[in-house]
Amino acid sequence: MPDVAAMVDDELPNPALLHLLGPKWITARVRAMSGERGRAARFSILTVLGLLFWGFIFGMLYRMLVYFRGATDIGALLAGKLLGLMLVSFMSILLLSNIITALSSFFLARDLDMLVAAPVDWLRLYGAKLLETMVHSSWMIILLAVPMFSAYGVAYHGGWLFPLVVIATFLPFLIIPTVIGSAITLLLVNIFPARRTRDILSLIAVLAAAGLVLLFRVLRPEKLARPEGFRSLMDFIVLLRGPTSPMLPSEWVQQAVMGWLRGPDEPLAFYLLWSTAAASIVLGAVLHRALYARGFTKAQESAQTFARDGLVRKVIGAMLTPFGVRRRELVLKELRLFFRDTTQWSQLILLAVLIVVYVFNIKYLPLTGEGLTFFIVNIVPFLNLVLAGFVLASIAARFIFPGVSLEGRTFWLLRSSPMSMHDLLWAKYWVGTLPLLTLALLIVGSTNYLLKTSEFIMWVSLFTIVLLTFAIAGMAIGFGTLYPQFETENAAQIPTSFGGLLFMMASVGLIGGTIILEARPVYGYLSARVYNTETSATEMLVGFGLAATLCIASTIVPIRIALRRLETIERG
Amino acid sequence: MIELTALTKRYGKFTAVDGLSLTVPRGELFGFLGPNGAGKTTSLRMIAGILRPTSGVVRIGGVDVVKDPTAAKAKLGFIPDRPFIYEKLTGLEFLRFVAGLYEQDGPSVEHRARELLALFDLEEWRDELVESYSHGMRQKLIISSALVHRPEVIVVDEPMVGLDPKAARILKNLFREYVNRGNTIMMSTHALEVAESMCDRIGIVQAGKLRALGTMDELRASAATGTEGLETIFLRLTGENAARELVEVLNA
Repeated sequence: MPDVAAMVDDELPNPALLHLLGPKWITARVRAMSGERGRAARFSILTVLGLLFWGFIFGMLYRMLVYFRGATDIGALLAGKLLGLMLVSFMSILLLSNIITALSSFFLARDLDMLVAAPVDWLRLYGAKLLETMVHSSWMIILLAVPMFSAYGVAYHGGWLFPLVVIATFLPFLIIPTVIGSAITLLLVNIFPARRTRDILSLIAVLAAAGLVLLFRVLRPEKLARPEGFRSLMDFIVLLRGPTSPMLPSEWVQQAVMGWLRGPDEPLAFYLLWSTAAASIVLGAVLHRALYARGFTKAQESAQTFARDGLVRKVIGAMLTPFGVRRRELVLKELRLFFRDTTQWSQLILLAVLIVVYVFNIKYLPLTGEGLTFFIVNIVPFLNLVLAGFVLASIAARFIFPGVSLEGRTFWLLRSSPMSMHDLLWAKYWVGTLPLLTLALLIVGSTNYLLKTSEFIMWVSLFTIVLLTFAIAGMAIGFGTLYPQFETENAAQIPTSFGGLLFMMASVGLIGGTIILEARPVYGYLSARVYNTETSATEMLVGFGLAATLCIASTIVPIRIALRRLETIERG
Repeated sequence: MIELTALTKRYGKFTAVDGLSLTVPRGELFGFLGPNGAGKTTSLRMIAGILRPTSGVVRIGGVDVVKDPTAAKAKLGFIPDRPFIYEKLTGLEFLRFVAGLYEQDGPSVEHRARELLALFDLEEWRDELVESYSHGMRQKLIISSALVHRPEVIVVDEPMVGLDPKAARILKNLFREYVNRGNTIMMSTHALEVAESMCDRIGIVQAGKLRALGTMDELRASAATGTEGLETIFLRLTGENAARELVEVLNA
């Protein structure tokens, strides 16, 4: 008797895995081939910068490995240890990145309604989404791994087959955290609603990153480089010989790669990598089959979220009343959107850590002792302005640059209302600039205090950082409007766009230009103090005057251009 | 109240709206119909000042939308077809924000906002973030936001999409009462029965051009459809053949 169920099954449409991935592939291809204006220039700049980055990593690592190779007893051990450490970091990043990406690709992506409603076999859906998650979360690590493995291959003469060995080890290394990350997300979504899970995950990610940075810096790893830290060479070698974490795939990759480069071959590492990847896919699929439908249903539920203004916002509202109803409401809206979005405010934690690390580094600068003149002690805080300016530019890129892009989907409301675009830019500019200015004064003031600078340098620093802050914020608004990313929903992705890159390059130019213009009068003043001569008032006036002009122009011109651009932007 | 003179919008070689001229007087509910891609939404977005016309003039209450956008938009409320609202604002905060864009605040706005939320059964949701609203609730909130600043003209693109029957009925009554008070509404819709029952006059566009304009009786006369309803008139004017072909394909 024929198997009816099997017959029916055979007749059912069941699109192949490649068919499910087709739209993604076509979209990526169209995007790559599109003849959009300025695309070639953009591509060229990114390629050059990418190659420079690769060259830098390769060069650094290659020099280090050649140096290790010279140390006959422990060179290979050190190289292996270094590779292991880098791979462990890769694996932590991959795991975290996969957990977050899986939430989007498995539960929140826009194509899911269509795919789940279509007669698609659960296993194929799992495979397609797993592959999508892996590509989205691993591409950056792959880009980092290329110069890293190249350096190992070249330094240790890996031969022509070495790239194949790397692929054979790195592919399962990417698969394992993808499956584990997706499974963790699946479990979390089954416990919390998807929107809550996203909040929790973004917070965990930020806290983890912040904790790592803080821990790394506070431990002061540079102390480990001191030879007196080890009791004997043997202790050191024993420590190097022992595996860091024998149960981790990163260790297996390290063993396989170093085995190929320095011998003996480690077939067990390959076996462990591939069998673990295969087993994890099977277990992940079983878990997916059991929990996905329930989790997907839960992900559709939106958590009710109650919100009412607190006292602080009421006070801010009252303070803004003199600026008019429209500007007050625009500013309040900006504040509400920022502080109610976990993915936005949680970045402040990273920012705080960054500042702590920055001040910490300044505190431990060896600026006391013999041979350190008055000149050097004062020139360092002046040059510190470059670093502070760069920190401010990075913060502006993350928080001010995306401002106009984030209005893309509400353009209908803003453009159909009688509001001038000037009001919108006014609100965006001041909401971004005032906190940035507070931060700038805090950083420069506290670091200069720790460095015990002269009064002159303190005033120069404060004057410069105030001007730079206004200019950096103006340029962030300007470049953000000229290169908007209206289709990007995630604010964190916007600064990594081409416009964001141009903004950072322009900021570096501005900071460099300002410091160069001020260098002459600062040098003149410090020389006069050292040699007891007169300072030139003209030199001071010209130097600081030109620097101020540059900063004021960099504030006003980009905002003017942005205003004109904003008035002509059309969102059909 | 709304005057369009030779209004044209081109995207490269494609002409979305082609020399559209019409006038909607004060106190009229005007229906703007046409097949998909006819240029309805583009026209409405030009009237609302979101898109700039390639050529031609849009006047709201005698004020040119391009030359004096602030004055023209102050008279207008716009309800788009695919609205996005700030997800992290509550319903009440959103209404306050929109009123603020029109430089309005204070007790009158509070009263009006609460009144509109109550009218559309959103009172209990007023302090919930918009991200937790359903599609229909968002649509109701958008409609409320277009009314909160008491505009003289409302331009609305597909108002009934996503509304439940009760809200649809409320909206119909609200729009009728609104024009009876001397205000003006220009509404695009695909729901022909809605247009037939609500609109004082109807304009039918196709390929960016105005094909027919008038009251239901005038349209019947121009399409020579006797006492037939708007659906027959619409199909006669915009492509009856296509509809017939579709039926043949389905029957094949």
